[in-house]
Amino acid sequence: MKPKVAFFDMASCEGCQLAILNCEDVMLDILALVDIVEFREALSERAPRFDIAFIEGSINREVDADRLRSIRARATYLVSLGACACNGNVQARSNLEAPAENLERVYGSEARDRVQKDPRFWPLWAHTRVRPLKDLVKVDFELRGCPVDKNEFLHLVKSLLLGSIPRFPSKAVCVECKMNGNECVFERGETCMGQITYGGCNAICINGGYRCDGCRGTLPHANLEAHRQLLREKGLSDQEIHNRYHLFCSTDNINRGRLA
Amino acid sequence: MNTATKTFTIDVNHVTRVEGHGSIRIDTRAGEVKEVLLQIVEANRFFESFTRGMQPHEVPWIVGRICGICCVGHQLAATKAVEDALGLQVSSQTLLLRKLLNASQFLQSHTLHVYFLAVPDFVGVPSVLPLIKTHPEVVKRALGLKKLANDFTAVMGGRALHPMSNTLKGWRKLPSLEEMAKIRDRLVAALPDLAETVAIVKTLKIPPYERETEFVSLHHPDEYALYDGDIYSSDTKVSVPVAEYRRVTNEFTVPHSTTKWSKWHREAYSVGALARVNNNFDQLHPAAQQTAADLGLRVPCYNPYMNNVAQVVEIVHCAHDSLAMLEQALDQGLVEEDLGYTKQAGRGYGATEVPRGILFHEYAFDDQGLCCDANAIIPTSQNINNIERDMKDFVPRMLPSMSKEELTLHMEMLLRAYDPCISCSVHMLNVEFED
Repeated sequence: MKPKVAFFDMASCEGCQLAILNCEDVMLDILALVDIVEFREALSERAPRFDIAFIEGSINREVDADRLRSIRARATYLVSLGACACNGNVQARSNLEAPAENLERVYGSEARDRVQKDPRFWPLWAHTRVRPLKDLVKVDFELRGCPVDKNEFLHLVKSLLLGSIPRFPSKAVCVECKMNGNECVFERGETCMGQITYGGCNAICINGGYRCDGCRGTLPHANLEAHRQLLREKGLSDQEIHNRYHLFCSTDNINRGRLA
Repeated sequence: MNTATKTFTIDVNHVTRVEGHGSIRIDTRAGEVKEVLLQIVEANRFFESFTRGMQPHEVPWIVGRICGICCVGHQLAATKAVEDALGLQVSSQTLLLRKLLNASQFLQSHTLHVYFLAVPDFVGVPSVLPLIKTHPEVVKRALGLKKLANDFTAVMGGRALHPMSNTLKGWRKLPSLEEMAKIRDRLVAALPDLAETVAIVKTLKIPPYERETEFVSLHHPDEYALYDGDIYSSDTKVSVPVAEYRRVTNEFTVPHSTTKWSKWHREAYSVGALARVNNNFDQLHPAAQQTAADLGLRVPCYNPYMNNVAQVVEIVHCAHDSLAMLEQALDQGLVEEDLGYTKQAGRGYGATEVPRGILFHEYAFDDQGLCCDANAIIPTSQNINNIERDMKDFVPRMLPSMSKEELTLHMEMLLRAYDPCISCSVHMLNVEFED
């Protein structure tokens, strides 16, 4: 029997599911090997159980946390699909403000009071804080990045189909960037997060003329103090460094809503 | 069971993606429609709050993350707004590259919607998957066109999703002319596939329901407005500058939705492909006008189901327009440009058309040049009100002659016609009869 695969989305742009739909060359081959049993974009079926559940998005509310727990209970393997699911991503930056402040900025004080005081609003509007999936349930594998890299997705699917455990090397973006022969972003007079960030993206943003903003998350043994010093030497103030680290909220201390 | 005396509830949970996770609730008692609600249950992500403190060039890069399908459009609208705030001018080269990037997104998004979301309904299958066996040539053509459009975006912007090569004033790294020439050749080779697409859509039976509404889109004096223009209303035939967009959207909140709703001259208005084709038909490429004629789209068209057809018309327009723009870029070549700018305080406005309709962004920057205020109004939130009005109008008209399955399908198709973000999850519609 073909493995059952399901896709779900929480708070996200859903670009990571789109990145998977963009595997046009091998799409029909994949579909020959697995059964897609839930994929809200394309299917009506809802499945009781699945072998692999891919979940895109962060958890921002209790209703979503409940949904996540239900998916976890029905899945053999659970995969965090993309930066929102792995680290909270850009929206985790809203953890630095009180929910009431965020609501007021976006909807105004009158609407803020209404959604906080009228019980009819609570299920949908009770925003707690932005959390990655691993804060709530056991996550078996993480596909990093904003968006995910489709080669890493294919590697994971192939490994699981072959009955092996997919491995992702813990090397920095900086290593891949050097191997591509790019001019160093620091040499251009700018700053980069590539030294402290998980590779696997082939340094695509620097290849494309930009810098690394750390969307894939901070390497476990990254020397943040040394990196801060590098940024200071390029003229960044502590406030600017703080803002930079909070752009994709990619370090653990940040995405838990605590100030590093 | 006699439909006219039927009492039932239709509940759709988590209808939509991207711009709104949503649910539909239709309550019918003894043949009378008691309630039609389109709920938006999307979790708030507070982009307009957490962009505060960001550098000007970071803003478009981050707010592109509002939507994966429309990431290019969000980047472009935000880029224009930030440039407006800082008083930056862009070169004709940058303008050309942005229009190409934008066109690539229209090709990608419309192709995805027409083939993967709309066609299965009309063929009578629950998704594109059964078509792999029954219509393999259609699925392969769809995948081929989608891949071409994605590669087009990647060549222009460095990546198909959340491209990074474009920024304020221009391009950090210019696209390769060699790669652009390959895209041109592939587009030429794909023109017969577009003709096949038109032929397929011609066979689809479009539900004949109409409701007059106000159509709002950009309008530009010299071209079919996709990247630039003023805000135009089909009701007043008058344009309003983008800086006055709040006069257009008049946002308000409702308890059953986390999206703010919009209205202008009437109780609701419509944005998107049909609004654009209605408002700017004469400026479409002749091949696109011919496509409209072939598919029976005559303006003004008040049938929301015809939005699928309008998307095909725009696919043809964007393909031909892209070919002309690629030729122009290849002819004149591309030169590196100075992207330097001085930070300053200010407020600016930007609008573009994205596949699902007109998109507004507004930003303000403080004395240190950091973002201190943000507002974005997305097409889906402008359409939601209009979709609910369509439902309230169509459900009583459909009820006497339709079974619950037909009615459910027609509501699904209505949502899907407006927006692939909404359309996708309508497959989870559950119809419950209370007796």
